[in-house]
Amino acid sequence: MSSTARPETHRAPRGWYKRNEIAVTPWLFLAPAILFFAVYVIIPIFQSISISFYDWDGLGEATWVGMDNYVELMDDRAFEVSLWNNMKWLVFYLLAIPGGLFIALFLNQTVTGIRLYKSLFFFPFVISQVVVGLVFSWFYLPNEGLLSAMLGWFGVESVNVLGDPTWATYGIIAAGLWPQTAYCMILYLTGLNAVDPEQVEAARLDGAKGWRMLWYVIIPQLKPATFIAFVVTIIGALRSFDLISIMTNGGPFGQTRVLSFYMFEKALSEYGFRMGYGAAIAVVLFLIMLVFIAYFLFSMWREEQGR
Amino acid sequence: MFPTPIQKRPRAAQLTYQSLLPLALLMWLLPLIAVAVFSIKPAEDFTQGNYWGAPGSFEFFSNYGKVFFDSDMPRYMLNSFLITVPTVIGAVALSAMAGFALGIYKFRSNIWIFFMFVAGNFVPFQILMVPVRDLTLDMGLYNTKTGLVLFHIAFQTGFCTLFMRNFIRQLPFALIEAARVEGIAEWRIFWYVVLPLMKPALAALAVLIFTFIWNDYFWAVVLTQGPESQPVTAGITSFNAQFRAAYHLMSAGSIVAALPPVLMFFLMQKHFIAGLTLGAVK
Repeated sequence: MSSTARPETHRAPRGWYKRNEIAVTPWLFLAPAILFFAVYVIIPIFQSISISFYDWDGLGEATWVGMDNYVELMDDRAFEVSLWNNMKWLVFYLLAIPGGLFIALFLNQTVTGIRLYKSLFFFPFVISQVVVGLVFSWFYLPNEGLLSAMLGWFGVESVNVLGDPTWATYGIIAAGLWPQTAYCMILYLTGLNAVDPEQVEAARLDGAKGWRMLWYVIIPQLKPATFIAFVVTIIGALRSFDLISIMTNGGPFGQTRVLSFYMFEKALSEYGFRMGYGAAIAVVLFLIMLVFIAYFLFSMWREEQGR
Repeated sequence: MFPTPIQKRPRAAQLTYQSLLPLALLMWLLPLIAVAVFSIKPAEDFTQGNYWGAPGSFEFFSNYGKVFFDSDMPRYMLNSFLITVPTVIGAVALSAMAGFALGIYKFRSNIWIFFMFVAGNFVPFQILMVPVRDLTLDMGLYNTKTGLVLFHIAFQTGFCTLFMRNFIRQLPFALIEAARVEGIAEWRIFWYVVLPLMKPALAALAVLIFTFIWNDYFWAVVLTQGPESQPVTAGITSFNAQFRAAYHLMSAGSIVAALPPVLMFFLMQKHFIAGLTLGAVK
């Protein structure tokens, strides 16, 4: 695709805009988007980094404290718990990818009504996380909840998932996996649709089937779908906030906090307006994300080069 | 096709599959079905401990009537619409232009600007929270729908530009060259040549952004408070405080709050899925 210059030889000289149209137009088209994005996204990132070096309650004067906020983080037990929970989210949230692939394989048939089945399986993704959180917190209710009722049928004593410091985070992750698995499923269904049937037939003639076929023939062809599933799941894991806020509000005993939630708590809730400290937590979260962003961009860049 | 089409399998396998399908769906949607059943139960069922039995009576109209007439729910729903629709229009408009610029023109910083939008789209919200809240306060837009809309437009522009630019890259470039040879002005090329071809992308983005913004909770909590401007995701918490432990009403409220994006999905399914899975296939 080349669009740099066009021959202008036999035209009469015209206004500056006409002469530079090809060079100027993209910037005119980009201007509003760049303006909005710079004001609300790019500049705030740097402002946050700068705020993290101050002690500030959001209203009065900010005092420069250097690295003090970060030093304080090192000894903050709640920060440690949040960071650790973020790791749990990252690891267990990725289960959405094999889960989604499994459901996609199950649904990749052509029987009557399958389209409706696919949409209904995808359904949880469309619902807001707030509602998912409410639905699951009722599902987990210690005595009245459906989970307890079901465990009761098998003679297992009811458990208070969200009230138990050890299990609460896993309970929330399970709730988060529900819509995320649906998302991965739809990605894989689209991917499976595009799998080259000739390769599958050729592999069948070579005697490949079942797991070997899946592993050596199908999954390599699903690579673009897997990449997107990976991107959205990592982002989703690190963005987890709504579910925690709705289901446990960080409890019990702060054991379900993650960095995004802890930051909000420090900067904006009844626990006080410590903007500088909150910003420092956000910077840590941002740095974790930056590792993944760099990897995503690198992959995209390689793809662009290959085009 | 993989796995092997069930039609080529033995009869027994086909029957198993056919009966497994509805069962699996039932299990998958169980928490949701439970809430739907809750929402038509009478209050007495809960006081008498009949949580999981059949509803004592059919209270669909009285429960949903309460949600619509005895609470702030209609207000929150209206707010959600007034936040979501302008955001969709704004973000799609800005990103169609930006996507056109990045998809059609070659200039040195093209890829860097593109990567700026992509990277910005991935950052955690919390790193933006304090400065964006301050900015909104300074502009006098705290606790207004406008404040929320402006931020949403800006942030969604990242994802939308990624989407638009990749879509425009797939259009036949010969069309644009032909138009240029005809001496058509660049903005006319955008308006009359490219934009009509982008209709599927515009539709896909519109439904996706509608869903994302309708379901946003974090920014609603950070930038608004109270029923004048809060959208339904944030409003539902005050709704639940009003009807504490009235599970039939809380369930009905949740279903009402979740409904618009669900309708959007079922009506525009093709576009919705095309949007979500862009790039999942080479």
